[in-house]
Amino acid sequence: MEILVCVKRVPDTAENEFELNSAGNDLDRDDLVYSVNEWDNYAVEEAIQIVDNAGGSVTVVTVGDDESEEVLRREMAMGANNGVLLSDEGFEGSDGKGIAAILKAEIEKGKYDLILTGAQADEGAGQVGGMLAAMLDYPYASLVNKIEVVDDAVIKVGREIEGGNQEMNEIQLPCVLSIQTGINEPRYVGIRGIRKVASVDIPVKGAGDLGLDAATVGDAGAKTRRVDYFVPDLGEGAEMLEGSTDEIIEKLIEKLKAKGGL
Amino acid sequence: MSSIIGPANFDFFGIFPASILAFILPVVGVGIFAYIMARRLAPLVRAAPDYRFDHIGRRIQKLFVIWLGQIKQPRYMLAGVLHIVIFAGFLILSIRSISLVIMGFSEGFVMPGFSGWVGVVYNFLKDYAATFVLIACIIAAVRRGFFKPARYAVPEKYGKDHTAEAIFVLGIIATLMISESLFEASELAYALKETGEAHFVAPLTLVWMFKHMLSGASFEFLQGLHIFSYFLHDVTFFFFLCFLPLGKHFHVITSLFNVFFMRLDKGKIKPVQHGVTAEQLDDLESFGVKKLEDFTWKHMLDFYSCADCGRCSDQCPANAVGRPLSPRFISIKARDLMFKNYPLSGEIYKSRLLVEDIYTEDEIWSCTTCGACEEECPLAIEYIDKMVDLRRGMVDEGMVPQSLQKPLKALEKRGNPYGKMEKKRADWALEKEFKAVHTIKHLAKDKADTLYFVDSITSYDDNIQEIARHTAVILQRAGVDFGILGKEEKDSGHEVLRFGEEMLYQDLKEQNTQAILATGVKQIVTADPHAYNALKNDYSGLPPVRHISQVVAEKITSGALSLKPCLEPDKVYVYHDPCYLGRHNRLYEDPRQALDAIDGLTRVELEKSRDRSFCCGGGGLMLFYEPEEDTRMGVLRVNMAAEAGANVIVTACPFCLVNIQDAIKVAGKEGEMEALDFTELIVRHLR
Repeated sequence: MEILVCVKRVPDTAENEFELNSAGNDLDRDDLVYSVNEWDNYAVEEAIQIVDNAGGSVTVVTVGDDESEEVLRREMAMGANNGVLLSDEGFEGSDGKGIAAILKAEIEKGKYDLILTGAQADEGAGQVGGMLAAMLDYPYASLVNKIEVVDDAVIKVGREIEGGNQEMNEIQLPCVLSIQTGINEPRYVGIRGIRKVASVDIPVKGAGDLGLDAATVGDAGAKTRRVDYFVPDLGEGAEMLEGSTDEIIEKLIEKLKAKGGL
Repeated sequence: MSSIIGPANFDFFGIFPASILAFILPVVGVGIFAYIMARRLAPLVRAAPDYRFDHIGRRIQKLFVIWLGQIKQPRYMLAGVLHIVIFAGFLILSIRSISLVIMGFSEGFVMPGFSGWVGVVYNFLKDYAATFVLIACIIAAVRRGFFKPARYAVPEKYGKDHTAEAIFVLGIIATLMISESLFEASELAYALKETGEAHFVAPLTLVWMFKHMLSGASFEFLQGLHIFSYFLHDVTFFFFLCFLPLGKHFHVITSLFNVFFMRLDKGKIKPVQHGVTAEQLDDLESFGVKKLEDFTWKHMLDFYSCADCGRCSDQCPANAVGRPLSPRFISIKARDLMFKNYPLSGEIYKSRLLVEDIYTEDEIWSCTTCGACEEECPLAIEYIDKMVDLRRGMVDEGMVPQSLQKPLKALEKRGNPYGKMEKKRADWALEKEFKAVHTIKHLAKDKADTLYFVDSITSYDDNIQEIARHTAVILQRAGVDFGILGKEEKDSGHEVLRFGEEMLYQDLKEQNTQAILATGVKQIVTADPHAYNALKNDYSGLPPVRHISQVVAEKITSGALSLKPCLEPDKVYVYHDPCYLGRHNRLYEDPRQALDAIDGLTRVELEKSRDRSFCCGGGGLMLFYEPEEDTRMGVLRVNMAAEAGANVIVTACPFCLVNIQDAIKVAGKEGEMEALDFTELIVRHLR
């Protein structure tokens, strides 16, 4: 089975303390560390496991700048066979639809049975997978937490329903799936693994290579635009406790006691 | 002399010379033994390399102390004494056994040098040796068979009980002792009966008793008994020799080599592969131990040498809390696999991934590398290096629990397992009250003689930052000119190395080494035993490293620090030895000396202290690992302190403090007991 996994380089939530920049319209990105979007990591692990059992190959693709190559290498260190970097100045400022259009162009150049994306990334929109499926005219399943390969033409995919129930659906290949965390336990990628793939060639493709009209992607093609980014003001009844962890805990316990919570 | 006929001149049924049989037996016995040993050596030949031919002098010394001196044995008194008796008996009787074998076809053979008074003294000694060995065997068999000490039990998941083999071997040893004594007693009884000539026999020995019992026997009976006991001894002897390499009694043969080739340096971890430098690591095809043959030959020898005594697991904290790890079965399972994959005849089987075949991933992650097992082993078997090698293999295969992946990634990106910002590494010094009085030098811009290496937990954990401030106060009061690395400092990587992420450890080591050497300091001080061990034993080329307790003890002696009388004299203090200060670095006395310098402080000792200290739960990455266990190590430790009558547990390690503080809460002993870091106790009592 030929599988393509779409991944994204995002600021790592575990290793950063987020602060707004001085303009107040984005994070202060100077001191951030980046890694592969967590959901995408699960998608790549799932793809590798499917290929281990059913044969085929895994390709990882990302839309981004030169630095995005690092996440492709990390996923290749995990076991993905190929990586493709879609990079072009004209791609900058793309909205979700723009990203989906770029990915679609690359997908049509190859022959993939299964296309995986993470359920969502750092911006929380969770939109690319669905749009990509629609543009390709492929069937789509979102928030997939289980995949069983039936044969070359059909797979079964599962999804957790509110309340912890599980549903299973058959879906015809080729298709697009967005993958939920928890579908597997992604393997560890050590420094040694990354070094092993450090010199593997990763092709870079721009708008021209993909035959894309510059007006449909990037800033030019974006029909949604972020206009603000802020930490919400404290609402009525909300209070930030300050001090050391111990002091915060003490204050919290006092408050809970005072309100009869303890 | 008597006219009893010895085996060399005896003819069975008057025609068949017994000497032929007495000659064939050793030839066949030694032949079979040589064949078995050759098969047993097969896996060692295919194993990974290991350099164990250095420091011959120290190795010989270890041989005298651990092998010949049996120094570890009395740590378990009854079993230890029994073993010493049997071991000493074996050494003494080995000469007798060899002469007996030769006597079978060479009448009147005497070992060269044993003809005169030496022989007389030897005879006297060996008669007692045989007697004591028999008594020891009987006690050991009763103990094993009836009293069944708990540490010999085999949990169901690890297979069948081993008691039968143990008692069978005790029976063989007893047979050797009895047959040897009967052989001699029958000859003496014969001589007495015939000539009335009484030879001196060591009183109350087996020979002495048998001689008296046989005083009424006929010449024919004594002659028959003489020959029968000779061949019983001969057959049993060669059977035993060939039986040794088939099970746990292999240690009778391998122990000498195992102790000689033992690991000499405590606190250190073996390189990924001997003979491969850090720079060449990238060229290695595979990392760590994945299959049986990835172990070094010495580690395989360890497996052969395990005597199944269960002392390691009896001391193992992971085993005590019900984690899926028992060091004893790390050895036994590997030995069984070696026997299975390298059978005595036929084809050698291909080995599989060990963590899927005989071990489980959780089993290998359960070890805190506290070293209690290695400290206890009478045969100097190693465990920590094997754990690290197995983990290196798992890391290379991507088999790392999710709970450890996050901190490892954070260490890679930020140089600390919490994922906190590098620039906040020195924030502990910015606490309001502290900052008002103390200024800490940053060695990136200031100069100082001494570097205080803080390490991650003390830099970033809200509660543990106190240790950094206390350490700084002590150093300042003691007149030490010191500074810190601030954001140039990275995690020491002590647990990164021990959790098998070699390349990440190499990165951290490289960064720290460069940063430290750039400062030009003359010494390094730390309050974290894990950092202490890393900088002292894992790193190389650094200035001398000292733990804060060493500085305190020295400065008290020199008078630079002086301590007030105990502020809370009603409390009972106990010192808990951190593994990486105590067992791995033999620093037992300095912290105790400093505590005892506080006038009026009541200090008790834990039963398990110094080299038998019980791990609090482990440090570094172990804090992130989520083990399967019935209780926490810290809880057991707190209970031990309570039993010792203490209400303040003083420790000298940030991880011990975290684990013991948590354990006091879990054990429901809040208010009754408290945990205190060494530095805090000292700062409170500074004059």
